[in-house]
Amino acid sequence: MTSPGIQRRTRQTVSQILMIPAALAVLSAGGLIFALVEDGVWDALSWVTLSIPIALFVICIVRGRR
Amino acid sequence: MKSGTKSLRRWSWVHKWSSLVCTVFMLLLCVTGLPLIFHEEIDEFLHEQVAASAAPEGAPKANLDKAVAEALTRFPGQVPHFLIWDRDDPSALWVSIGKSLDADPSDNRLARVDAHTGAFLDAPDITKRFTYIMLKLHTDMFAGLGGKLFLGLMGILFCVAIVSGIVVYVPSVRKLRFGTYRGGRPRIVRWLDVHNLAGILLVVWTLVVGFTGVINTWADLVIKIWQFGQLAEMTAQYRDRPPPQRLSSLQSAVDVTSKAIPDMQPGFVAFPGTILTSKSHYGVFMRGSTPLTSRMLKPALIDAETGHLTDSRDLPWYVSTLLISQPLHFGDYGGMPLKIIWAILDIVTIVILVTGLFLWLKRHRSAATVSRFVRLNEASIGSRVSS
Repeated sequence: MTSPGIQRRTRQTVSQILMIPAALAVLSAGGLIFALVEDGVWDALSWVTLSIPIALFVICIVRGRR
Repeated sequence: MKSGTKSLRRWSWVHKWSSLVCTVFMLLLCVTGLPLIFHEEIDEFLHEQVAASAAPEGAPKANLDKAVAEALTRFPGQVPHFLIWDRDDPSALWVSIGKSLDADPSDNRLARVDAHTGAFLDAPDITKRFTYIMLKLHTDMFAGLGGKLFLGLMGILFCVAIVSGIVVYVPSVRKLRFGTYRGGRPRIVRWLDVHNLAGILLVVWTLVVGFTGVINTWADLVIKIWQFGQLAEMTAQYRDRPPPQRLSSLQSAVDVTSKAIPDMQPGFVAFPGTILTSKSHYGVFMRGSTPLTSRMLKPALIDAETGHLTDSRDLPWYVSTLLISQPLHFGDYGGMPLKIIWAILDIVTIVILVTGLFLWLKRHRSAATVSRFVRLNEASIGSRVSS
């Protein structure tokens, strides 16, 4: 076991595992659609939502490196 | 073996082989797609462009017949296929010119004319450009329709790999918190974590870009279906008529259409006899003004003998699907920030592909080592037994 908090003692259920990915999927789908609707605010909304997966990727890798 | 384990093995098999077959081509698509996101900026940077005259907003536009005639003077004996309004630059128009009406439009030369003065600006040979070579590699690998459809097939495999990837992701992270990256563990564990994390974070984007790419490979077929379907229906009464002796005015065809469809603006005109209209009609394709509706075209057919409107209909769903697939694949509908996001997501996709390939190589090799070890053991046991 590496560090506490990373490994879980109990096995998670499928819905527990897929909860965050599902939320991110909805967010990404929104991000793809927003910029199609209108320019301006909708574009910005799309930039923010589509940046979230990128930001999470960087955060998780940096946090895990230590 | 439990049925769950059995089906998981099946999914792993699907994930492994669908990815393995498409990975090399997906890498090619990701690498060539990266500069294509910025093709306008790259072209602008690498190549000189004659600037259009500065005209104040709302200044009168040039007569379109004159503008096209002006462009044609540079290409004697050739014919116009399309007149295209630049979506991003209202000061210029493009005339797509072919050797003859039935020449393949993908070999056409593009001439730029000034939208206000109608003067010829330039007609660069784009086939030597870096972006053109990237585009050809990206769309058909210089192998024509066959290459295009082949890449489409690879795109379908990519989508299969993503979906099966979600299925194998679940048991792989059963005991881990979301987003775990075990930085202190051996390389193969780290690769697996990166592959899992990036893969699951980008599921929707990779699926959308992958599948819209697949749809784009069907463009030629979609146009053919439209020609023989809706277009043939709209022009049925003209089928046996000879093509017009003299073409009516292009400008008036656009004016008639603009009057008939006042809430839209012209996107492009297909000249009579080209692939997007009949031999007797100007096909005037109107577009809306929002990012979405500017991709959704509505054709109006103008009789090129009388100049009257023959028919105008919304495009069928399969053409609309193709049209909406384009921005979702290119990422060109939300300004420069969206392009940059597209580029980063493309790079992360390359990371997914490469880590996936490494994982397979590593496991493949270790599996081979194990089986060799087993074989050696068996051999030595066998030799001991026989002696």
